[in-house]
Amino acid sequence: MANTKFTYTEKKDTRSGFGDGLLEAAKQNDKIVGLCADLTGSLKMGDFQKAFPDRFYQTGIAEANMMGIAAGMTIGGKIPYTGTFANFSTGRVYDQIRQSIAYSEKNVKICASHAGLTLGEDGATHQILEDIGMMRMLPHMTVINPCDYNQTKAATMAIADHHGPVYLRFGRPSVPIFTDPNQKFEIGKAITMIEGTDVTIFATGHLVWEAIEAEAILREKGISVELINIHTIKPIDEAAILKSVAKTKCVVTAEEHQRNGGLGDAVAQVLSQNQPAPQEYVAVNDQFGESGKPAELMVKYGLDANNIVKAVEKVIKRK
Amino acid sequence: MASQANIQELEKIASQVRRDIVRMVHEVQSGHPGGSLGCTDFFVALYFHILKHNPEFNMNGEGEDLFFLSNGHISPVWYSTLARSGYFEPKELATFRKINSRLQGHPTPEEELPGIRIASGSLGQGLSVSIGAAQTKTLNGDKSLIYTLMGDGELQEGQIWEAAMYAAHHKIDNLIATVDCNGQQIDGSIEQVMDLKDLKAKWQAFGWEVIESNGNEMSEIIKSMEHAKSLTRKGKPVINLMKTDMGHGVDFMKGTHKWHGIAPNDEQLADALSQLEETLGDY
Repeated sequence: MANTKFTYTEKKDTRSGFGDGLLEAAKQNDKIVGLCADLTGSLKMGDFQKAFPDRFYQTGIAEANMMGIAAGMTIGGKIPYTGTFANFSTGRVYDQIRQSIAYSEKNVKICASHAGLTLGEDGATHQILEDIGMMRMLPHMTVINPCDYNQTKAATMAIADHHGPVYLRFGRPSVPIFTDPNQKFEIGKAITMIEGTDVTIFATGHLVWEAIEAEAILREKGISVELINIHTIKPIDEAAILKSVAKTKCVVTAEEHQRNGGLGDAVAQVLSQNQPAPQEYVAVNDQFGESGKPAELMVKYGLDANNIVKAVEKVIKRK
Repeated sequence: MASQANIQELEKIASQVRRDIVRMVHEVQSGHPGGSLGCTDFFVALYFHILKHNPEFNMNGEGEDLFFLSNGHISPVWYSTLARSGYFEPKELATFRKINSRLQGHPTPEEELPGIRIASGSLGQGLSVSIGAAQTKTLNGDKSLIYTLMGDGELQEGQIWEAAMYAAHHKIDNLIATVDCNGQQIDGSIEQVMDLKDLKAKWQAFGWEVIESNGNEMSEIIKSMEHAKSLTRKGKPVINLMKTDMGHGVDFMKGTHKWHGIAPNDEQLADALSQLEETLGDY
């Protein structure tokens, strides 16, 4: 069923938004340098490397070293963007990020591709679903998970102007492009995609499109959905959350992540301290993923539009 | 080269730094005196003779030589050296490891202590950071050098060897790394715990220029560091395998892993201080 407000004519991977955003940002800011741990093609960093060979550093398959090098490069004013899969950008190098980047307040942009189940056939070893939780626990860290190509490109450019460590999470598969190509990306500012009165869906990353599809189904059923895109999970936009929930009185959170520690917990924390409301999580329920096509995995692990619809129907009954 | 008068001056400073170390650690009954005492001569030589640096601290350190301590647990020797070379008042050494202090157990820039540019303590990370800082110097056309110190036990961390490979591959030749080769770690001698075998051959095989030196003889430290400087800008990273005695300067602490991370009691403090001349005035 088509949505009246959001349609798309093209699909593209969010990692290409990163690659194109990095190239643009580097043209505008000569302090930007790029590092990659043997995944230049996967991270779409090739155009940057070609345009700025003296500002690109190949680290080989050595992510811990890459994080340390990036931290060191900030001393003297560079703005390093590190590129590898989300799994190797977080869990593998947590201590390096914690000590050399977060605790040391270094201006490193940790750019993480192939996050979540939609990495697909490679399976659970590579499908990290804990990264948002790990990163949002670190003091000084900003955590961003944009929803499509355009937003990822805009976010990649915006983080250059933010001084401090950033975790920028994006994905592998082609997904609909539905946000404005000329959008101004504001870190920490949630975007109300659709206004409604019966329930608020807070979605992040690839789940924003699933929520748009869910809204169309729910509208046919007479349910008025407010959909808010939380592209910045830390710092989270408390004012936007509280304003919407004051109106709708119930919440569904949707993310391609474990239900422990991700967007849902971040929203629940805001609500429990201010205005408690019934909440349902659309997230992976304390499981590892598996091999399969991205769309199959999203259905099997309960992250597709139909599961968002079910969660909405359930939470409205709890009001 | 340093004159004989210079050497004597540096040795006097080192004696005071050693007093500071044992007093700091005694005061809070916590900290790491062994490695700190063993590296005192190196730190004094570095900050009072080798480094081109500015105690008016600036994080980016443009135009300055920068030093990074990877084995952050020997913070007492670094804090004392920084204070004695003008980064902050020596009286602040009395706050070491106490609540609300800028002198954390392990160094951090979070408390904005002048002289500290990165946190260290979790081992194995400082060489990578130093290489990154060296590459930024190169990108900025800044001709000054990067210095770093690691412990020998620390070389058991895998990240060190990732960094070693990277530095040679990328021809990082504005960096002088030093390893404090005291042969000891917490659980015993390195040979017993996890033998590093032939370190010189290892670093050479990784593509580094290797020198060996004595780290408890002031004139030799200066000679070896000046030699190390002469090896920079030749397309290879430089490493100085520096032999030291843990606990050097205090006879009962010398040469044993037992004083890695424990503090002297009152009696032991008095004994230690009786062996170390007060040359610059205790804080």
